[in-house]
Amino acid sequence: MFNTIEPEALLEQLTTQFAEKILLVEKHYDVSVAEVSHDVIKNVIVFLKEQGFQFLTSCNGLHLPTAEKKFGMIYHLHDFKRNLRIRIKTFTQNDPPHFPTLTDIFPAANWMEREAYDFFGFRFDGHPNLRRILNEDSMEGWPLRKEYPLEDQARFDKDDRMFGR
Amino acid sequence: MSEKNLTNINQKVERLEGYEGPGFLATTLDKAVGLARKNSLWPLPFATSCCGIEFMATMASHYDLARFGSERLSFSPRQADMLMVMGTIAKKMGPVLRQVYEQMAEPKWVLSVGACASSGGIFDTYSVLQGIDRIIPVDVYVPGCPPRPEQILEGVMKIQELVHNESLRRRNSPEYAELMASYGIK
Repeated sequence: MFNTIEPEALLEQLTTQFAEKILLVEKHYDVSVAEVSHDVIKNVIVFLKEQGFQFLTSCNGLHLPTAEKKFGMIYHLHDFKRNLRIRIKTFTQNDPPHFPTLTDIFPAANWMEREAYDFFGFRFDGHPNLRRILNEDSMEGWPLRKEYPLEDQARFDKDDRMFGR
Repeated sequence: MSEKNLTNINQKVERLEGYEGPGFLATTLDKAVGLARKNSLWPLPFATSCCGIEFMATMASHYDLARFGSERLSFSPRQADMLMVMGTIAKKMGPVLRQVYEQMAEPKWVLSVGACASSGGIFDTYSVLQGIDRIIPVDVYVPGCPPRPEQILEGVMKIQELVHNESLRRRNSPEYAELMASYGIK
């Protein structure tokens, strides 16, 4: 008993529920994708969980420096029973961006949100323990933002003489 | 083993310099202690990546680090003489490595194995320590990515040379205190 509900029906359900707050609905290969307004992101996820998406596969930060809304979060949800997946995106232009935490709905969001904080500097309002998770605590800056220099700034041997730049 | 090989081995057995007669040898304490220390180095392997795999080969029967008196690996820093750092050290790992070094009792030596431990190697990135000599003093560097077991053995032999020729007073000298101070240790 798989796929008793068509992904199209699912997206339709979402648009009926949230109307103009759903900014964009599309299909990427066989995954339904919805871009939702920043202010309803938590409501959308709560709604989807009630619909049976009981597993938060992943949530990640995004940084698109040329876009109008530079910062985004992307959530992957999985419904095991119906074998459905859905991807929810939301964007904001604030810096630092604030997002509502999902830790009260999905405990798995705890570390993933810490990761997004660690690498992008996103603030998750209501997160119980928002601190760096992978990088050292004393680090400054947000390394996965595009303006962050990738190479170690403490290297003194990589100069024009040796590398021709 | 042929007789010729045996002779070669015998030639390599080192002799202490000193005044020698039947049944006795008079030499300096430095030399006697140096000889004892160099042939009983207890290594502490700090293996974080592929160089650690090469070290396993070095330690195993084919290359056999035990031939050099390093039979016994010390997994406690407190009983180790030689810290072998093998692999990429992330910046977050830095304080751990430093603490391990600080826990080792004097005299202690550090062997930095491979490009990553020596200079950060190919990982010129914000999260990787660009050479362990930024946080602890290093005695011998072994190049390679990863180095072959023969190279690691060569590095250990270089350490043995340092151990053998080290003055007993070195660790109490003001130069040594200055070196430690430059790393902020003690």
